[in-house]
Amino acid sequence: MSDVEIKTLTMNFGPQHPAAHGVLRLVVEMDGEIVERCDPHIGLLHRGTEKLIEYKSYLQAVPYFDRLDYVSPMCQEHAYALAVEKLLGITVPERGQYIRVLFAEITRILNHLLNVTTFAMDTGALTPPLWGFEQRELLMEYYEQVSGSRMHAAYFRPGGVHQDLPDGMLDSMDGWIKQFRPVLKDIEDLLNDNRIFRQRTVDIGVVSREQALDWAFSGPLIRASGIPWDLRKSQPYDVYDRMDFDIPVGKTGDCFARYLVRVEEMYQSVRIMEQCIEALRKVGGPVRVDDRKISPPRRGEMKDSMEALIHHFKLYTEGYKVPAGETYTAVEAPKGEFGVYLVSDGTNKPYRCKIRAPGFPHLQALEMMTKGHQLADMSANIGSLDIVFGEIDR
Amino acid sequence: MTADLIHFFTTNWLGQGIVIFAQCLAVTVPLLIAVAYMTYVDRKVWAAIQLRRGPNVVGPFGLLQPMADGLKLVLKETIIPSSANSVLFVIAPMITFMTALVAWAVVPFDDGWVIADINVGILYLFAISSLGVYGIIIAGWASNSKYAFLGALRSAAQMVSYEVSIGFVLITVLLCVGSLNLSDVVESQRGWFWRWYFLPLLPMFVIFFVSALAETNRTPFDLPMSEAELVAGFHTEYSAMTFGLFFLGEYANMILLSALGAVLFLGGWLSPIPYAPFTLIPGVVWFALKIAFLLFVFSWTKGTLPRYRYDQLMRLGWKVFLPVSLGWVVLTAAVLQFGGWLPKS
Repeated sequence: MSDVEIKTLTMNFGPQHPAAHGVLRLVVEMDGEIVERCDPHIGLLHRGTEKLIEYKSYLQAVPYFDRLDYVSPMCQEHAYALAVEKLLGITVPERGQYIRVLFAEITRILNHLLNVTTFAMDTGALTPPLWGFEQRELLMEYYEQVSGSRMHAAYFRPGGVHQDLPDGMLDSMDGWIKQFRPVLKDIEDLLNDNRIFRQRTVDIGVVSREQALDWAFSGPLIRASGIPWDLRKSQPYDVYDRMDFDIPVGKTGDCFARYLVRVEEMYQSVRIMEQCIEALRKVGGPVRVDDRKISPPRRGEMKDSMEALIHHFKLYTEGYKVPAGETYTAVEAPKGEFGVYLVSDGTNKPYRCKIRAPGFPHLQALEMMTKGHQLADMSANIGSLDIVFGEIDR
Repeated sequence: MTADLIHFFTTNWLGQGIVIFAQCLAVTVPLLIAVAYMTYVDRKVWAAIQLRRGPNVVGPFGLLQPMADGLKLVLKETIIPSSANSVLFVIAPMITFMTALVAWAVVPFDDGWVIADINVGILYLFAISSLGVYGIIIAGWASNSKYAFLGALRSAAQMVSYEVSIGFVLITVLLCVGSLNLSDVVESQRGWFWRWYFLPLLPMFVIFFVSALAETNRTPFDLPMSEAELVAGFHTEYSAMTFGLFFLGEYANMILLSALGAVLFLGGWLSPIPYAPFTLIPGVVWFALKIAFLLFVFSWTKGTLPRYRYDQLMRLGWKVFLPVSLGWVVLTAAVLQFGGWLPKS
């Protein structure tokens, strides 16, 4: 009699699956409930963003960045705007920089609120998402007030931001911060000391320091593995060097550490927001560079200045020319290091725009994290990786 | 004339049949209405926990929502997957639904308000609730889908494990009562509410409630239908009324286990204070209030807790609940025997 061969159960997980966080398709091989292999199949949301950007002027490329990781749009605009500014050799006025940092941190809270609470939902807790989404709703109203859009803002532009903050927004943000801390505390109360939540997350998907480096982790994931790496501290952009904030670092590198790091980052983001609000009350002046060859003139100016009208026309038809050169510029997006590699050939369109999305290397590590764990742990791991398919498939 | 009628309904087989049929209707119809409104209350409780409104559009305060949902399920097309075993596929939800209803035959709603006042009421309930597993395991197998299959396996394992500890809980109670008849169980708790068994047998009450959560596949034990992994577990492939029957069966089971909890531990139809005016309130009202309380705790847990993993759930069942309940059975028996409190029959 020959040896009996036990075949593993091959299961298709997604792309239409409630826990797949978008259009993730996994081909999972299981031995009972134990995951032997999980193979991510990506590309279902591929839109050719990088190629499309090559056919758009520098300004027209901005909205594409909103649509990459649609949970943290402004941080990606930030990376692109910084890259173009570097090639152009311009510096954004101080007020513009503060506004950018303020909204980058709002974006971070938006992203972490979504991830932390849906991660809880992946482990079965149904209430945190509803609590978190109410806060997200309030934050998206700020997006709407400055840009007219709740998600795809196109607010950060090369040279600054599109327009100044509306009156009363800073006071309203103060109010929001005051009520947000207790809400976040409530969410923590529901999860941190919950035995079931701990059993589901502690020691699940452990990533060691070495593994985190090998798999090119960044953002909250590498910090949860014990490496204090944050671009906002190590190579500050805009006014981050003036901000006083801490970098939370996890010890264990498991799902629970990743959760804790994200929660603590929200508290730190609130601190940065407070400092920005304080500064914005004092710092006046323009919010984008005062160079008519790059940033458009004011509406009123156009009514009686022929030159302004011509500038406006040229900027919105041809766009501006960027000197030849190349740059890799990265920001600390909520999910990790979001980089833009921009090559200019001196025309009004980018020659090449390579996007480094943090989710892509993170997703690669899923199999390493999940192997030998149970099927339920796979959902927890996916949740803790914070994957959004807009940026992975691009 | 009246005497004739009484004679017809008590002796004639046709008359007796009509009476039994009417009794069944009198239990099932309110029960189904209760099930429908349980879904409504459930959603309202979660909504309150989650800072939402819950159903509030269909009818005043959304009160017609369960009717609208039911109508939708009835009118939709029942889809039978081409690779499924169609006979078993259709039978499975019926089994689940029927076992959930049949069990009610022995539940006493008030003094003497019971369809079948049999002496092995507890055993009957236990047997019927075990049969409920068949519906789920058949559904998972007949669907011929991997998600449903895994869900059914989990569900069967889970229900079997927790049935064991529920069994020991029942044994403890019936040691104290000295009868398997549910009406006797209630009668033996007569008096002030601290005489109800939930206080002397508090650990068993807790184990019973947690096992009831597991038995009905509710959070934190809703693994079989955990949408984060298995989409909808054993009823992934079901739609329309076949799904509706599973849904109704699940809620009917919840109400059944709450009723059982009320009978065993909360004094069934008895009022908490054994004096007028409290004793003037009909027993069935007290019974309904007690069930409602337990059901509220069901919804509350669902709004608060995450979900166990499969192996953690089994560990809890076999390594914690089983030894504890077994130990408590021995303890209770010893206390009754040597304390001279054995019930006299």
